Amino acid sequence: MSLRARVTTLLVAFAAVSAVVIFVAVHFILASPPVVDYTSSASGGQVNVVMQTDPQNTVTSQPDWVSYFIQNPQTKQWVHTTYFKVPAGTKVNMTIYGYDGCTPLRNPVWGQVTGTTGGVAYNDGAPYSLLNSWSGCNVQHTFSMAGLGINVPIASPTTLKENSNLCGTSPCTSGPHQVVTFSFRTPAVGGTFRWQCIVPCGLGYVDGNGGPMATPGYMSGQMEVQA
Amino acid sequence: MAEESSIPAAAAEPRHGLRLLIGWVVASVIGCVLVYFVWGPHLPPGAMSSSAANQQFDTRVLATIATPVVLGVLIYFGYALTFWRAKDGDETDGPPIHGNTRIQLTWIVATSTIVLALAVFGTVELWTTQGAGAGQGPQPIFTPGTSDVLDVQVIGQQWAWTYRFPQFGGFETTQLELPLNQPVQFNVTSLDVIHSFWAYQLGVKADANPGVNNIAYTTPKHTGSFVVRCSELCGLWHGAMFDYGTVVSPAAFQAWAQHTEIQLASVTKILPPFSLTYDPTVVPNFGKVLTELGLTGAGGGYYSPNDPEQP
Repeated sequence: MSLRARVTTLLVAFAAVSAVVIFVAVHFILASPPVVDYTSSASGGQVNVVMQTDPQNTVTSQPDWVSYFIQNPQTKQWVHTTYFKVPAGTKVNMTIYGYDGCTPLRNPVWGQVTGTTGGVAYNDGAPYSLLNSWSGCNVQHTFSMAGLGINVPIASPTTLKENSNLCGTSPCTSGPHQVVTFSFRTPAVGGTFRWQCIVPCGLGYVDGNGGPMATPGYMSGQMEVQA
Repeated sequence: MAEESSIPAAAAEPRHGLRLLIGWVVASVIGCVLVYFVWGPHLPPGAMSSSAANQQFDTRVLATIATPVVLGVLIYFGYALTFWRAKDGDETDGPPIHGNTRIQLTWIVATSTIVLALAVFGTVELWTTQGAGAGQGPQPIFTPGTSDVLDVQVIGQQWAWTYRFPQFGGFETTQLELPLNQPVQFNVTSLDVIHSFWAYQLGVKADANPGVNNIAYTTPKHTGSFVVRCSELCGLWHGAMFDYGTVVSPAAFQAWAQHTEIQLASVTKILPPFSLTYDPTVVPNFGKVLTELGLTGAGGGYYSPNDPEQP
């Protein structure tokens, strides 16, 4: 092989490997879910954030993974993401439509509501501060943000009939569900606060910990607080 | 031959060995004093607890011992560069070196003495500091030797720490408060993957393994806050798995613990009985509920490790 051919081969091989590395970095390492921006919809020191939990998601390549969705405040369209942005020093009024069925917490201590206004959440309007997921079918996921001390177990449909007829198409618009509401205040300064579901809801993974539990955009996300 | 023997270079050579020895001894004395007394008190992890203070002491001792060694190498290096530099155009070899029994014996005896002395020192330090704040497993060798110990169970879970206080009704909280001058026994475990409890300023570090009780001891010596981090890569939000603990006066701790016990009474009721480890696959009551409801999988099941999709 001539010197020219060898150099050309080397350069082509180098370019091919570089392209693969860049592709992996961009698509797998640096990629993150879209951010739903609520900063412009805040008024009077408050902002309303709307989410839903689905027993599956039919909008990704992982249809058997449970997932959160967040509603775009302008278009009202559901976005498959767990990233959202809110203003600093603002009261956040959360509404979570819980379309998933029940799963017990690994540690029942996460059944208590903490970090919210008044230390309570509301299930279809009824206040609660503690759910015992070991004694009944009543918790589907949690909204847990350690950085702000927030933990809210999301109430689930409780009956066999409801749990056997869960919504089958994402984002859910019908089917058995609970509406959980609560409020909390964002800090006065900006920052990024990670949140997660702490129910082991990764079906088929070791101890329910993998899959959606370990992937941003499904059961883990972050709240950006804009100063 | 006559020309070579008449060269007076050897007679003009200064006593390099003596020069080096004097320089090394003077520099070492100054260096050791500076390292131990000036730098030493600022070495991590500080002196917030008995284990932290002893770790700092150990590091001071080791750094002080290492100082003459480091200075010896650097001084010899600098001296050689300065005085034994090859002159321009000189391409001759240096003098051949043959064995020197005295130097070899000195080297072997000195290094062996240092290493064996450090082994004794390390063992004594582990013994006198109740394991130096490290996890000793479920049956610790080095214990405080007193029954007046505060038990704190540290439970790791993706991705948060919780703490149970069995001497206060077994309440569990995300807050970690400790009393001043009270020996503490940390019982560290995990509910899922391997974590590692690292209370940095307390000088405590113990792996949190599922199904294992890993015991570590310390005695807080100063009030203030300390950082708790997970030091075992444990998944997506490993980097966010940290919180802050506080050392307070004994009276303040009693007040906090008693208040929290009452405040969390309703939560404590639904917790499993205090145990040194917990089997995350056992949900005693809920299994019955699931059976009654006929629920499995995503419809409400609890995912057993016996049915993994990946190993």
